[in-house]
Amino acid sequence: MRLKVNGQDIETTSATVLQLLHEMVIEPERVAVEVNLKVIRKTEFERHPLWEGDVVEIVNFVGGGSKK
Amino acid sequence: MEDTLVIRGIEFKSRLWIGTGKYKDFVETAKAVELSGTDVVTVAVRRVNITDRKSENLLDYIDPKKYKILPNTAGCYNVEDALRYARLAREAGVSDMIKLEVIGDERTLFPDSIGLLQATEILAKEGFLVFPYTNDDPIMARRLEDAGAAAVMPLGAPIGSGLGIRNPFNIRIILEAAKVPVLVDAGVGTASDAAIAMELGCDAVLVNTAIAAAKDPMAMAMAMKHAVIAGRLAYKAGRMGKKLYASASSPLEGML
Repeated sequence: MRLKVNGQDIETTSATVLQLLHEMVIEPERVAVEVNLKVIRKTEFERHPLWEGDVVEIVNFVGGGSKK
Repeated sequence: MEDTLVIRGIEFKSRLWIGTGKYKDFVETAKAVELSGTDVVTVAVRRVNITDRKSENLLDYIDPKKYKILPNTAGCYNVEDALRYARLAREAGVSDMIKLEVIGDERTLFPDSIGLLQATEILAKEGFLVFPYTNDDPIMARRLEDAGAAAVMPLGAPIGSGLGIRNPFNIRIILEAAKVPVLVDAGVGTASDAAIAMELGCDAVLVNTAIAAAKDPMAMAMAMKHAVIAGRLAYKAGRMGKKLYASASSPLEGML
């Protein structure tokens, strides 16, 4: 199925948030995930299903202080 | 001498807080952070690079077990975005602390006070420890405190400007009225600016560009560390009164 992840269209067979993170080799501990504008709790990564057309955002911390 | 800053039960060993933007790389960031002696670093929340998974993570260099991570909502221009970033930050991190920025204008990066107040109120109700970046406005500081802010962070001058503490009198008025800690955020350009903020009685100072954009960021990180300690000690010591005329330091007695 197709998903939009961080603004990019991707093709995946991952059925849950956790599977998607594994597929992308992303450490679940270090990120936060939003699906269709809803923040997904880390404890829900394993259960939260993904559907065709879902808009997923995966974020982490980068350098930043008093910066635009 | 124990002089720990405590905010809502969280102990902060250092009164110098460090922003981690604008550094050359993570190695330089980590080194400056270490030399500054801080135990609080601010970070931004951004998309993971999904096409280049080899890209490194800041937290590989700044150990969250050693430093308190204070995520910010930098780059957010409305309440909705600020709330979204704050909620994501809480989920990505290990604490409820959020340095709340609701920016009103791209050129000045001055806060949008109305949006800031609304977002502070909502996030405080959701259990966040909100550190709002605000103008040096005493009335706004009081309103933010009433809205549940854990501390207030008035600017000394525009973000990244290095203009120093432009209105020390307003900062003093904010300090006199505040029941929550007051931290100067933004505007510090060099060590003396940080010392001035601390001498005024601020609880801490947040510095980013002054260190990152110095010719020698490592030396400036150390300078800031000492300036904040010196400023704090001077504040606690209580400065002498200013006088128009001289007052001899050496005794006149015993002169020939």
